[in-house]
Amino acid sequence: MHLDGVTVIYGANRALKDVTARFNAGAVGLLGPNGAGKSTLLKALLGFVKPADGRMTVLGLDVAHRPLEIRSRIGYMPESDAHIPGMNAVSFVAYCGQLAGLPAVDAMQRAHEVLYYVGLDEARYRNVETYSTGMKQRIKLAQALVHDPDLLFLDEPTNGMDPKGRDEMLELIRDLGHNKNVNLILSSHLLPDVEYTCDDVVVMDKGQVAAQGPIEQLKGPAGRVFELRIKGDLPAFIDVLRAAGMECNWTDEDVMRVFVPDGASRGTNGQTANDQAVLFGLAAQHGVQVRHLRPSIPTLEDVFAKALGEK
Amino acid sequence: MPIHDQSYRRYRGGKAMPGQAWTVIARAGIMNMIRKRVFLGLLLMAWLPFLIRAVQIYFAANYPQLALIAPTAETFRQILEQQDFFVFVMTIYVGAGLIANDRRANALQIYLSKPLMRTEYIFGKAAILFAFILFVTLVPDILLLFLQVLFAGSFAFLSKNLFLFPAITVAAVLQAILCTFTMLALSSLSKSARYVAILYAGILFFSAAIYGAMLAITGSTRLSWLSLGANLTQVVDVIFRLKPRYATPWPVSMIVILGLVALSISILERRVRGVEVVT
Repeated sequence: MHLDGVTVIYGANRALKDVTARFNAGAVGLLGPNGAGKSTLLKALLGFVKPADGRMTVLGLDVAHRPLEIRSRIGYMPESDAHIPGMNAVSFVAYCGQLAGLPAVDAMQRAHEVLYYVGLDEARYRNVETYSTGMKQRIKLAQALVHDPDLLFLDEPTNGMDPKGRDEMLELIRDLGHNKNVNLILSSHLLPDVEYTCDDVVVMDKGQVAAQGPIEQLKGPAGRVFELRIKGDLPAFIDVLRAAGMECNWTDEDVMRVFVPDGASRGTNGQTANDQAVLFGLAAQHGVQVRHLRPSIPTLEDVFAKALGEK
Repeated sequence: MPIHDQSYRRYRGGKAMPGQAWTVIARAGIMNMIRKRVFLGLLLMAWLPFLIRAVQIYFAANYPQLALIAPTAETFRQILEQQDFFVFVMTIYVGAGLIANDRRANALQIYLSKPLMRTEYIFGKAAILFAFILFVTLVPDILLLFLQVLFAGSFAFLSKNLFLFPAITVAAVLQAILCTFTMLALSSLSKSARYVAILYAGILFFSAAIYGAMLAITGSTRLSWLSLGANLTQVVDVIFRLKPRYATPWPVSMIVILGLVALSISILERRVRGVEVVT
């Protein structure tokens, strides 16, 4: 899936600003804070909103010219509560299958299968309107899967779910993406969800792509990120670290995460020093006590924080 | 090892080409209505006038002394007019929730994420109401025409009034189009079917009341175009080759009807979207 200079405007608000991105096959996370433009991006790809500018292709097909072909090959799980009123689960899912072009008999068979798969087999004859929030999330996934899409758009699929239900939903998504060969785009503001289920990530912020690529690659090699707590003039020391080419992000009250990029620990003689030694050296030079220094395994949170430039 | 794998499996069967989803929507909507006992009761009630008329035609055809009640071309116009009440009730009962309920349940984004265009969705929804309106107007009226031939044992009446076939068809279709699109447009404006029903009834009665007041003030029926019902009556009278009952020229009434349908389509075009944009 490719986006090339896509701009979406709602009235005076530019929801997407010249977005250029590439979504590889497999499971891709669409990450960003609320209002970053994730849902708008999905809706533009579905053809719900027309971009003011730019070009989009999904599964090799141009969104502007072949929307029906695209929609017959994708499944969409919307963020908000959505169902067809007055139907039980199996009728609803079979109906969605028929809307997607499945013959009535096949749609009914698939409805039973996907309801079993998402864990709603016992409740399939209940009216969808009587479902709990977690069950409604599952039924939305079922209707997105019934016609066997090649690509799934999942918009905040774990919203409102209890911890057990959330784990089960993530397990389903992971299974779809990794064992069932279904390409999926998971839009979420929950980093652990994306990190658990996806291989690649596109980070969005304020309608723009802030970072994109394989998660492991974006996280960088282990051991170059440190948790650091000091005693002394903190703002001045942060300035020192930044002057030395390092990046500092707060994690909680007094611990900061320090990224040590390549070259930051290179001495004037051109030799690379131990990262920890460099940090200790800088602290000693500026009269700051190091109370806590520990290598940290880079997480998606670091990628996210780095991409969004949080201080 | 499981005997039968019940986890997610890829689908290997065929899929219909896009463009047929409206039939799925229409069929599901019609079946959903027919399952309701109240609605079946309403349908039976709507066919009672047909039974009475059938008896009338039977007696008129078989007993010469009852020639006074023998059907004329105008009888078939009257039958359509008698069905107006049932058309009104059916339009409200079937039509009010057609889009409003989907909007309440956020179903539009489910529909429009499938391979169907907005026009297909509207067409499918319209087909539900359209079919039921024709079922209580066109079908009984045409059946009565056949019964007349059957009971009389001759084609004399039919050959003399051959225009009745197209007249009944055009009049019923025009009424169904007007009611369907007006109701669908109103249904797309709200998330509450009850509110839509009140709005529809309100518009019909209010327009009739305004015309009634103008009639009382001016003493002329020239302003009948103000009443939605009067416009339809005027045009249908002309279709049945009867003397129009209002002073408004029938093309004016026709323009009002077509304008209303165009306005409704325009509203539907704006309101039926996968995403509601609030600016």
